[in-house]
Amino acid sequence: MSELLNNILFLPEAASTFAERVDLLHHFVVGTTMVMSAGVGLAALFMFFRYRRRLPAQATEYVVPTLKTEFLFVSVPLVFFLAWFGIGFRDFTWVTTPPKDAMDVYVMGKQWMWKFAYPEGPNGVNVLHVPANRPVRLLITSRDVLHSFYVPAFRIKMDALPGRYTQIWFEATKPGTYQVLCTEYCGLSHSKMLAEVVVLPEEEFDVWMKEQRRGRLQDRQDALADTSLVPPVARMVEQGQVLAGTQGCLKCHSVDGSQHIGPTFLGLYDRVEKLDDGQDIRVDEAYITQSMMDPGAHLVAGYQNVMPTYQGKLQGPETAAIVEYIKSLRTANVREGASEGPAYDAIQ
Amino acid sequence: MTPSSSIASPGAAPAHDEHHDHHPSYLVDGTTIKSWLLTVDHKRIGLMFLFWVLLFFLVGGIFALLIRVELLTPGPTIMDAMTYNRTFTLHGLVMIFLFMIPAIPAVFGNFMLPLMLGAKDVAFPRLNLLSLYIYLGGAMLALWGMLNGGLDTGWTFYTPYSTHTTTTVAPVLFGAFIIGFSSIVTGINFIVTTHTMRAPGITWFKMPLFVWAIYATSCIQVLATPVIGLLLVLVTVENLFSFGMFDPARGGDPVLFQHLFWFYSHPAVYIMVLPAFGVMSEVVAAFSRKNIFGYRAVAYSSLGIAFVGFFAWGHHMFVSGQSTFVGGLFGVLTMLVGVFTAIKVFNWVGTVYKGAVDFKTPFAYFCGFLFFTVFGGMTGIALGTVSLDVPWHDTYFVVAHFHFIMVGATIMAFLAALHYWFPKMFGRMYHEGWALVSAALIILGFNATFIPQFLVGNNGMPRRYYEYPERFQALNVASTAGASLLAFGFVIIACYLTYALVYGRAAGKNPWRSKGYEWLTESPPPTHNFVGPQPTYPEEPHFYVDPKKAEVPDAV
Ligand code: HEM
Ligand SMILES: [Cu+2]
Repeated sequence: MSELLNNILFLPEAASTFAERVDLLHHFVVGTTMVMSAGVGLAALFMFFRYRRRLPAQATEYVVPTLKTEFLFVSVPLVFFLAWFGIGFRDFTWVTTPPKDAMDVYVMGKQWMWKFAYPEGPNGVNVLHVPANRPVRLLITSRDVLHSFYVPAFRIKMDALPGRYTQIWFEATKPGTYQVLCTEYCGLSHSKMLAEVVVLPEEEFDVWMKEQRRGRLQDRQDALADTSLVPPVARMVEQGQVLAGTQGCLKCHSVDGSQHIGPTFLGLYDRVEKLDDGQDIRVDEAYITQSMMDPGAHLVAGYQNVMPTYQGKLQGPETAAIVEYIKSLRTANVREGASEGPAYDAIQ
Repeated sequence: MTPSSSIASPGAAPAHDEHHDHHPSYLVDGTTIKSWLLTVDHKRIGLMFLFWVLLFFLVGGIFALLIRVELLTPGPTIMDAMTYNRTFTLHGLVMIFLFMIPAIPAVFGNFMLPLMLGAKDVAFPRLNLLSLYIYLGGAMLALWGMLNGGLDTGWTFYTPYSTHTTTTVAPVLFGAFIIGFSSIVTGINFIVTTHTMRAPGITWFKMPLFVWAIYATSCIQVLATPVIGLLLVLVTVENLFSFGMFDPARGGDPVLFQHLFWFYSHPAVYIMVLPAFGVMSEVVAAFSRKNIFGYRAVAYSSLGIAFVGFFAWGHHMFVSGQSTFVGGLFGVLTMLVGVFTAIKVFNWVGTVYKGAVDFKTPFAYFCGFLFFTVFGGMTGIALGTVSLDVPWHDTYFVVAHFHFIMVGATIMAFLAALHYWFPKMFGRMYHEGWALVSAALIILGFNATFIPQFLVGNNGMPRRYYEYPERFQALNVASTAGASLLAFGFVIIACYLTYALVYGRAAGKNPWRSKGYEWLTESPPPTHNFVGPQPTYPEEPHFYVDPKKAEVPDAV
């Protein structure tokens, strides 16, 4: 049934958990719309015929609706509209609230390509690998103008804004390859800003990830052997660490838990901070980014508003790297084991 | 309707000469170019607006066809990518700012409002003429900018693209800014006219519904247009002097732009569609010879739409990174607009109930309108259903939706108005047979153009795509075929209406036997609208009740 409806409505394959929800509501909405439109249309048709004019100056009765009729005119559509909205909003909340255990991928739009980077893995251009049946959170930003990340088969879309991260998540249900399109006009080659998502079965994904690291490691060692090349700072966390130093973050923020001019980075991620204005805020990617771009927006209680803005000084990927670095500082030495391999080049 | 004795050139003082040989129609009262260009007669100003609006519709239409031809094949067809991007920008800008927004208010509002209120003119006739020239000045500047340098931002001018692009943005923005003043001036004029110039007997609740619609529209124009004016100035300043208002590289916020933009442009949708609703209320009453079912509900719902229309703008930004809660809020407010529209639809259908339907061309457009409004409106509600908008946003589904509701409904109303009031404006009749044929073609063509776009949007095709993946082709070909049908319909209209202007049979005062107030005067009306004593208005408009059977309509 729903397969048939999807074909009639030209809906693409539904390949995520969100897609299933969207399609169900879609059918409900389209169904009632059709019934209602047909109702209005048939009633009108019937009346055009039934009440056709017989005399040029025919007089008519004075008919006005009763209060009850007008009440029906308002309440019937309202009930339907609110029901759709209710279901839709529930699903929307669901898709904009990533589960805690979601795997993170950084996505950056750039005229005219999509770049992907895994905190622990490789990066890539225009091909995103994800495991099936595992929630994946996309942290999306842009290098230049607005873009919008759209995967029809997953029914998800989120704008990419320069200087800011937006997020959305999905859980792919079927291994396969799906198209990514850009849906925010971004200039000359907007229509060529295509990419694909490759959904791998879970085990295959893990194997792929290992492969990637090994491959990259090999590349890097080759590069190191070639003394004419200065090896790039390889890992996102490492890069973040370097940046935190060169950008002066560490002049005010400690990484060992001690309080300084600013709050310590150690264990900062996911901590609940008490703010100046008495509110609480949970530290997440958005908050960290905002604190870099607009430090005064949410001042932590007990600190002065002295931090400079990094707006325009840090590029999207650099911001991402610092965020990753801060996330890595959950406990004093959590990243000990992670040095086993450089995973990928810094996304530029 | 019967060819009366008065077959003569319109207004050239024919038949009942004893009354008005010294009251020539407004068409021939002064024949020099100057008497037109410097006229302060609302009817002549309305006609001049009609001329320009139609010309811009032609320009926008040609660009629409170029877009459709380009999309015939997945790859390049007739132009390169940059040309395409400029083409859809030009199409959108011309259609929105130069056609849709002024079309019904500036043409038919200008012409009919004073007639419907029993007034001799609008409140500020000179200001009225000024609004025409402001409009033309802005239009010329914007067009000049679009053709010299060419703009490729789309009509939405989203930053930071519009502050980064190498194409010339400033003259176009400034042109749009100027056109905004025309909109505001016209709006103020109509509001004041409605408040102060109603003839004795025309109380607020005896005003024709077209007047109600124009009144509500004017309120939106006056309140919302300054916001886009402000926004355009800010973008220009950012462009020229590197202000960091919207560009994050300079510390600005691109989403702020979207908020300000849609704060105007969402209500602007109602600037386009409310007058259309007004026209249709007149047409359905006239051609089913019935008083409007639920007059007050229809009148109030215009105000209701105008009001909640201001609070729904965020539904353009569900996936812009705004907070989930805010998304929900805008979603609910969007539903309210739908409810007000539903009230109107039900009451229009109710008006036909126990009526006496004469299926003439304007009524044919009413049928098309009913379909486009219901379908366009329902798809709008579907888009307001937040989770559904996530996949649909910025795809062809949205393109189809807004063409259905704002273009479809407005075009239907514009054509209905043109046919309904043609005899009043020019004193001549057109050929009913051709008119019905072209109405059928246009309604069919419109559906054939845009229904495939709903489907290709469902399938995932984003808008503003110059090239597209192979799998979208079949539906695009269907859409282009529909567009040519549509264009053909317009060509036929242009032919028989031009013919009717010169050779049409004299219409007589009231060929439709309508009980709308504007039919109480001659067709075409004399310069000061009425000859002799002003008509009286003992009944509400469209009161077709048989006096013998009439129950006194004090109800509602
Ligand atoms: C023959 C009739 C028409 C056809 C075939 C047509 C076709 C199109 C197409 C294909 C687009 C999408 C361009 C894109 O996003 O890549 C478009 C956009 C648009 N059309 Fe039309 N159109 C027609 C009539 C109209 C009319 C009558 C109006 C207004 C009165 C109008 C207003 C718009 C607007 C505002 C846009 C958005 C432009 C943008 O994306 O920046 N169209 N039209
Ligand atoms: Cu893009």
